[in-house]
Amino acid sequence: MPAQNGPPLRRTPLYPLHQSLGARMVAFAGYEMPVQYPTGILAEHLHTRAQAGLFDVSHMGQALLAGADAAAALEKLVPGDIRGLGPQRMRYTLLLNEAGGILDDLMATRLGDRLFVVVNAATKDRDFAHLQAHLGPAVWIDRLDDRALLALQGPAAAAVLERLAKDIAQMRFMSAAETTLDGQRCLVTRSGYTGEDGFEISLPAAGAQALAERLLAEPEVKPIGLGARDSLRLEAGLCLYGHDIDETTTPIEADLAWTIGKRRREDGDFPGASIILRQLTDGPARKRVGIRPDGRAPAREGTPILALGGAEIGHVTSGGFGPSLEAPVAMGYVEMASAAEGTALTLAVRGTARPAHVVRLPFVPHRYHRAYPNQPPQAGESNTAEPAGGTRR
Amino acid sequence: MTAPRFTKDHEWVRLDGDLAVIGITDYAQSQLGDVVYVELPEIGRHIEQGKEAAVVESVKAASDVYAPVSDEVAEINDALAADPAKVNSDPMGEGWFLKVRLADPTQLDQLMDEVAYQHFVEELH
Repeated sequence: MPAQNGPPLRRTPLYPLHQSLGARMVAFAGYEMPVQYPTGILAEHLHTRAQAGLFDVSHMGQALLAGADAAAALEKLVPGDIRGLGPQRMRYTLLLNEAGGILDDLMATRLGDRLFVVVNAATKDRDFAHLQAHLGPAVWIDRLDDRALLALQGPAAAAVLERLAKDIAQMRFMSAAETTLDGQRCLVTRSGYTGEDGFEISLPAAGAQALAERLLAEPEVKPIGLGARDSLRLEAGLCLYGHDIDETTTPIEADLAWTIGKRRREDGDFPGASIILRQLTDGPARKRVGIRPDGRAPAREGTPILALGGAEIGHVTSGGFGPSLEAPVAMGYVEMASAAEGTALTLAVRGTARPAHVVRLPFVPHRYHRAYPNQPPQAGESNTAEPAGGTRR
Repeated sequence: MTAPRFTKDHEWVRLDGDLAVIGITDYAQSQLGDVVYVELPEIGRHIEQGKEAAVVESVKAASDVYAPVSDEVAEINDALAADPAKVNSDPMGEGWFLKVRLADPTQLDQLMDEVAYQHFVEELH
């Protein structure tokens, strides 16, 4: 790695494996992470959509929240219905500030009377300090810094994991199970950040490489780096914290109103509720939308978005090339007058006006494991096209 | 065609009559990864040595391509619009970017020859 300014980069337990696989390592959120393996981002992306990809996401922040009514305590900081989570059920939610801005996005899973949370790598220290400061003395935070996190994503993920743990393919989307994989106790959730069916596996750091190698030995599984992770989540219309959402965007502006539980809307008892509920009623001034450039030129983050008359109405927050679509894709915020599907826009790519259109998200349909024969969805479970998957950087 | 000359920004240039053919090196394409889009200058535009002449985009990022020589763009590789992956598969051949009509071919003299460029790349690692 080239010399970096600031503190030395940390490494995940899978660092030696990445090296032996020939990964190109980059600095990311304070870690040395694989951006791609020798096959390249395009092939890794397409392989994940076709079969199964293994991602090292051990840089992310894992913790258990324990103590008297941790769920009620967490609800003071997020708009999601956490108290209503059934056993082993999980939910995508948002840490909010008092202005309704987003401090981070996270996954919260109910495990008995504890909550398992996974937060973004770049914000984890700040997040855990925020939780510590606001959850109250009755709740304590057990940071799981000695655990690795692997993601196995793609249409073959369930069949692969079923070979290691019988019945795991029966798990429901957005649920958790404690199980043994290759002789190691793991916490498995059926979730992810690719728009595909898949799992995230939390396990002790010491056993991570052995499990990763075991999974990579399956014919459908290839290692996937952060480059394809980003293009996969972009095609799936999923937000990247610090880019598509941050402290200056509210859940309504970010088109994440679906993360606000019904009871929570009625009670209005989360940070920034007055601002957020007013936006919910009156509509926000701007909104995150999907954008398809008409031509071949990708529009990267920061690209100005103009209305047809030439007025600047926002900018691209994530943009690049969608390998599954073989076309450029972008997300960005636009004024409401230009937010409707089909609206023609102009993207100022390096000063050149490029035509584009607002499109529905996701760009590539989600293929989560939502089919429950003879079993209606449970109350509070997202049963629409809402992006209930992960949210990670 | 003359032997190629190279820049520290990983472009190559070689003379084909009075035309200078320009592209990016194999090392450059390997660092970029899968090329998905190439933005080329208009024919007739005057490009300036060391200044941006084109943009090459991988899945991950956009990168500038700098002109190894100064003069007027005579031809661009239209085939890259339909098949930008040619930059990866044949960077020194079918993956060329543009041709410049060169009034002063001595501009190439100050660029690295192949041996010097290989040394330069090795020292990057």
